This record gives sequence, C-alpha cells and structure tokens, in this order.
Amino acid sequence: MAFLELFLTFLKIGAFTFGGGYAMLPLIQEEVAAHGWLSQEALINFVAVSESTPGPFAINMATYIGAEVGGAQGTLSAFVGALCATAGVVLPSFVIILIVAKCYEKFKENRVVKGAMAGLKPAVVGLIGAAVLGVAANVFAPVGPTFAIFTELSFYISLIIFIICLVLVFKKLHPVAVICIAAAIGIACGYIFEVGG
Amino acid sequence: MKSKGRILFEIFITFLKIGAFTFGGGYAMIAVFQHETVERKKWITDDDILEIVAIAESTPGPIAINAATFIGYRVGGFAGAFFGTLGVVLPSFIIIFAISFVLRQFQELQAVRYAFFGIRAGVLALLVKALWTMYKKAPHHIVSYIIMAAAFAVSAFTDIHALYIIAGCAVTGLVYSIIAERRAKNGVS
Repeated sequence: MAFLELFLTFLKIGAFTFGGGYAMLPLIQEEVAAHGWLSQEALINFVAVSESTPGPFAINMATYIGAEVGGAQGTLSAFVGALCATAGVVLPSFVIILIVAKCYEKFKENRVVKGAMAGLKPAVVGLIGAAVLGVAANVFAPVGPTFAIFTELSFYISLIIFIICLVLVFKKLHPVAVICIAAAIGIACGYIFEVGG
Repeated sequence: MKSKGRILFEIFITFLKIGAFTFGGGYAMIAVFQHETVERKKWITDDDILEIVAIAESTPGPIAINAATFIGYRVGGFAGAFFGTLGVVLPSFIIIFAISFVLRQFQELQAVRYAFFGIRAGVLALLVKALWTMYKKAPHHIVSYIIMAAAFAVSAFTDIHALYIIAGCAVTGLVYSIIAERRAKNGVS
C-alpha cells in the first residue's frame, strides 16, 4: 500500500504544480510532512543534492523520496518506491502535453487557461514564500521559535553563512559553487566551535 | 527518409543526453533543448521553442518533462513522446537512486553532518533567489499582489492544503480576467 500511496501522492503533486522547479517544493513539503516520509532537515539537505546533480528538481525529488520510503525494506523495494513516485510525478505532464500537442491552437487562445494563469502565477510566488519561511525556521530555529535561539552560537553561524551565500547567489555564482562554499564553512565551523552536529 | 525505429532511437539518445548533462532543471533545460533539437537536429524551429515555453508555463508538471513530451510528439508521434520523456527522466532516476544509498551510508559521519549544517543555510539563500526570480516574472498589479499575500498567509499560517490554495487562486484569476475583459468592452478604463 505504501507504493500505491507514493504513486498517488506524486501524481497529485505532478498534476497541481505549475511553473516547474521549486514551484513543487511547497506541495512536496506538505505531503512529506503529512505522511511522515522524511524530516524537514533531510528534505532541505536533499535540495542541495538535487542542485548538484543533473536533471529536473521534481524528478530528483520524487526518485529520492520514493527510494527513501521503500528503502526501509531493502534494495528492491527502494527501487519500486522510486519507480512509483517518479512515474506518478511524470504521468500528468505526459498525458496533458499529449492532449495539448494535438489541439494546440485551441489551447493557446483559450480564455479559461489565460485567466487561470493570471491567478496561478502570483499564487506560486506566495506558496514558495511560505515554503521558504518554513526552511528559514528550520535553519535558524531548529528547536522551535523561542528567544533562546539568540543565545545559540549555531544561530549566528547559520546567519553568517546565509548572508554570504545570498550575496554570492545574487552575484550569479553557480549554485553548486555556493553549496560547496556553504559546506566548507559548515565543516570548518563544526570542528572549531563544535556546532551543527 | 529515416526509419521510424531510427528516429525513435535518436530522440531517446538526444533526450538522455539532455537529462544527463543539464543541472538545475527548469529554464536552464529549455536552452539545452533549443541547442540540441533546433540547432543540431533541426527537428523543430525557434518558434516551436517559444510555443513550448508558453505551454510549459500554463500546464502542470516539470518544464523539462513538458518540453520532452511535446518535442518528442512533434518529431515521432506518441512513441516519440514516450521515448523522449523516458530519455530525459532516466539519468536523474539512476543517479538519484544510486545517491540515495550513498547518502544513507554517509549521513551519520560527523564531517557530513557539519557540511549539511552549512549547506542548509546555503540552500535557504538559493531558495530566496528563486523566490525573487518568480516574483519578478509574476504579473504586477494590485490583484496579483493580493493573491500573493493571501496564498502566502494561508499556506504559512493555516493547515489548509496547498491544492485548495492553488485551485482558489486559479478561480480568482479567472474571475478577475473576466471582469477586466467586461470592463474593457464597456469602455470603462
């Protein structure tokens, strides 16, 4: 049943995310938390892995979560899990594009599609904003939003790494390079100050 | 005239290459699709690429999958769409499947835990940049800002599922565009 659930959940994610890439993150975050498939931390870690490996974010995410969920029962079930999740996330796109490719001219001028898009584009911005807020909470206040975090050294180190990376990202440094720099600072600070383990 | 099997094989290999060597996904992939299928293979034209971007933006699912299915269909019909999509998905699937085992082995190492502590702060920076890029691409008028704020607030501070938020915003956009159209017709500016 776990496999069917993986397939159906990712089918839903594939059918309802517009814009691609990180537009999928809010839904994945929500579903993963609801099913207890991964910790929020493991999910954020994997975003970095996905950025550093080829292929679309959605496929990487589906394959990884499927493999993790199935992996508890061995390699074969990890494979089946990965297959179910990946097939689920791809199928809606595949079917919808086949239909659109057949009647493209009608689709292009469709007022319903145009109108819905006028609402969907800003909606995705708002949803990703909320997802980013969730990630920020996990990075800066992993134990919960209390004032006690301001006395933790790890809070200030995270803040410094975040600011350095933000500057580098907006200076158009490649994401993989940004991740490597963040990892290097994390390792250095970890061994010097013994934080973040 | 090439045989059908030969064309399908070429579609599969070309899309496999795109899947294996494009980092980041999304729009980064469109540029590679353009290079491979327009400039090298001459299967489609630059106008087709613009069409594909427009379609990918207004249909659900990953942009790379939308593009692979659409181009595959144009070049080789249903079988072309199937092998194109399979080709673009397969490298990710194999690489990530392998990595999931490696991650499980190494994630308990102290150095790896320290590295990911730093990386999570770096990922936050990447996400903020992605958010900024999407904000710039979204329409900029008052209704759009209200939808953004409402989607953010409902998603961040309530337990309402993102699916309902997406559906609600689509309906709002539809109603808004109908009203805007009526107003334009009646000469109200």
